[in-house]
Amino acid sequence: MKLELRGLAPGTRLGVLAGLGRSGTRAMEVPGCLLYTHCGSVPHLTHDTLDALGRLPAVTQLPLATVAEHQEVLEAFREGAAKLAGLHDTVLFCSLQDPAAPCPAGYNTSKSVSLWSAAGRIELTVPKYVAMQAAVRPDWYQSLADGDAQPAGSSLKRVRRSVERTLTHLDECVLLHQKTAELVGAELFGVVEGADVREERVRSARETAKRPVGGFVLDGFQSGVMDQALRAQLIAAVTAELPRDKPRLVLGVGRPDQVLSCVEGGVDLFEGFFPFVATERGCALCFRFAMEPDPESAVQEQNGVTEDGGSSRTEDPEHQDLQQMTRFEMNLNDRRYRDDLRPLVVGCGCYCCRNHSRAYLHHLLVTKELLAGVLLMLHNVSHYSSFFSSVREALATDRLETLKSVVLGV
Amino acid sequence: MAASTVGEAEMNSASRGAIAGAPLVLRILAECPVSKARACDMTLPHCTVNTPVFMPVGTQGTMKGVTAEQLENLGCQICLGNTYHLGMRPGPELIEKAKGLHGFMNWRRSLLTDSGGFQMVSLVELSQVTEEGVKFRSPYDNKEILLSPEQSIAIQNSLGSDIMMQLDDVVSSTVTGPRVEEAMRRSIRWLDRCIAANRNPESQNLFAIIQGGLNSELRHICLEEMTKRDVPGFAIGGLSGGEEKDDFWKMVTLSTDHLPREKPRYLMGVGYAVDLVVCVALGCDMFDCVFPTRTALKHKQYAKDFQPIDPECTCPTCRRHSRAYLHALLNIIDGCFPQFVRAFMDRMFPSREQYPRWAVDALASVGITLN
Repeated sequence: MKLELRGLAPGTRLGVLAGLGRSGTRAMEVPGCLLYTHCGSVPHLTHDTLDALGRLPAVTQLPLATVAEHQEVLEAFREGAAKLAGLHDTVLFCSLQDPAAPCPAGYNTSKSVSLWSAAGRIELTVPKYVAMQAAVRPDWYQSLADGDAQPAGSSLKRVRRSVERTLTHLDECVLLHQKTAELVGAELFGVVEGADVREERVRSARETAKRPVGGFVLDGFQSGVMDQALRAQLIAAVTAELPRDKPRLVLGVGRPDQVLSCVEGGVDLFEGFFPFVATERGCALCFRFAMEPDPESAVQEQNGVTEDGGSSRTEDPEHQDLQQMTRFEMNLNDRRYRDDLRPLVVGCGCYCCRNHSRAYLHHLLVTKELLAGVLLMLHNVSHYSSFFSSVREALATDRLETLKSVVLGV
Repeated sequence: MAASTVGEAEMNSASRGAIAGAPLVLRILAECPVSKARACDMTLPHCTVNTPVFMPVGTQGTMKGVTAEQLENLGCQICLGNTYHLGMRPGPELIEKAKGLHGFMNWRRSLLTDSGGFQMVSLVELSQVTEEGVKFRSPYDNKEILLSPEQSIAIQNSLGSDIMMQLDDVVSSTVTGPRVEEAMRRSIRWLDRCIAANRNPESQNLFAIIQGGLNSELRHICLEEMTKRDVPGFAIGGLSGGEEKDDFWKMVTLSTDHLPREKPRYLMGVGYAVDLVVCVALGCDMFDCVFPTRTALKHKQYAKDFQPIDPECTCPTCRRHSRAYLHALLNIIDGCFPQFVRAFMDRMFPSREQYPRWAVDALASVGITLN
């Protein structure tokens, strides 16, 4: 795996992560987001509806929490989760928790971390964790980490402990990784912790960087857990300590404004769960990200952006939980869409927008039909994916500030 | 095979213009020399449908998580919409505004809508049937509704389906006594009212529904009367509600014996694979059943069961199933339908002892022996 960055303005990271996968032939553009799955399947989508999305991210994310209960099946199968799920030709990243599900704190011990799966809480020691990863056979995976210390209300002692434990787990992971046949060729990512304490963040980053890891996962910056301003500061402090040539992935950040802030702070990769959480609320992503001036206002008029549901809001509460709708979405459950025969987003080329109307989506939601999730997911993943293309284009043409104002609608 | 059939369908649609004022044209391609099975092309306003055909049920304007494109790729040429549900949500006015149910769902092939009547038997406990129509309390908003033949047809006209079903007075097949005759005679009167109420006879086909329960005399009367009316097709109704299979097949075969050869026969609510194959042998052309869409997610439980078509599953297994029905068609065309039936039964059941008695009898009645 090799990160090839373009030589742009200092602090700007734009490039390609090449030589990916066991074959070493895949590549992923950065900044980028991973394809979010539950147990290897994109929620609501089967393989042929997935095809309707066109070009998919090269790297697929499989949160261990969504596959943990199937460990025995994976072990009996002996060829890894990607094969079992029918995911051919992809690079698989196995993270720990599911970013779209709650992870109650307070259950981690010095020797174990609790994984929150559909089957309940699973306590993992490092050996148990590495055994699970061996069954999954990922291309990349994060080390076991203690992310329990939430900013609000954690004592300094607890924060220090989480940094210590995470480093200890990492060292143990490194040793076991080297002895595990199924993980030969897989990249181990170290995890940076430290909650909201700057010294701990820096310490965690420095120490993790000393270990033989392929990349870095930034934990404890999740959307519901830390506000934007603090996140921006701490991410900058963390990335300053990390080697330039290894990728940085931040967990639990999906809102487009927060993504942009993290990109500015030196983050390369994001979990792609935001389209899914919007779908679960019956919402369609509708925020603008096109940077050309003229068509913008026309599209804005056509989409009724100023009158639609969430877009009229200019602020979202900082500590917003995942269930709450953001200003980047429109809620198709709303009665106002009952007889609106326009596509979700005028000008969007996704399957849903080419074939169906807001009125139809509204009907599907009201009647609780499965197709609602399918169509919304197709649109949301497509929209979000195009947003990331726009981010890369903005970086390439030095127009990140323009993109920020477009996305924020200011 | 599927691709070329669809290609033909497109061609037929184009030549359809030459047939003035006939929204349904049935072409019999082959008839089995042994049984009563036939293979046909049924040309409808939106596309040509090859029969025998299984029509998936998309109750609320959607096929349970399957996109319109997936459905097309599976080879589906016609599917069902439910007048009662769509009449409630989103309602006929919006659907008209969206250019009919085809426009609303973005389905460009054929659609069949039911009358909304069956729901009243299956969904609602206290419904009251009068000569006017069916009165019941809507579970959506608790208001009392009257669904008359005129209203049912008005909604179906707004939906714009290729085939509409008459409103019939439905009684469960387990009911006996004078109620069965009353329902049969009322259904005839309602058929006439439906025919009169149809605003679009040149673009929408109204099918009659033969009733009469499990009483052959009543069935006879109904057949005699309804076939006097000039409708483009007939459904065989009142036969998918838990009656004994022995009684069931006898009513089916009686009905097909007295329905015109040159019009399609739709056996309502019959969808298990064995029932389908037997009823094709008995002369039926069209079938529907909620079973596949309802239990699609749990189909693993039915591994040893009747393997119905699963429109939600696009794996090779299910492509094989939709081909199975095309196979029946091919086999009828090639003159080897009886062999197909024998091979089918052999695949479905572990041994001959387990062949259902009623299926053996029904097939024997049309010359197909299973030993």
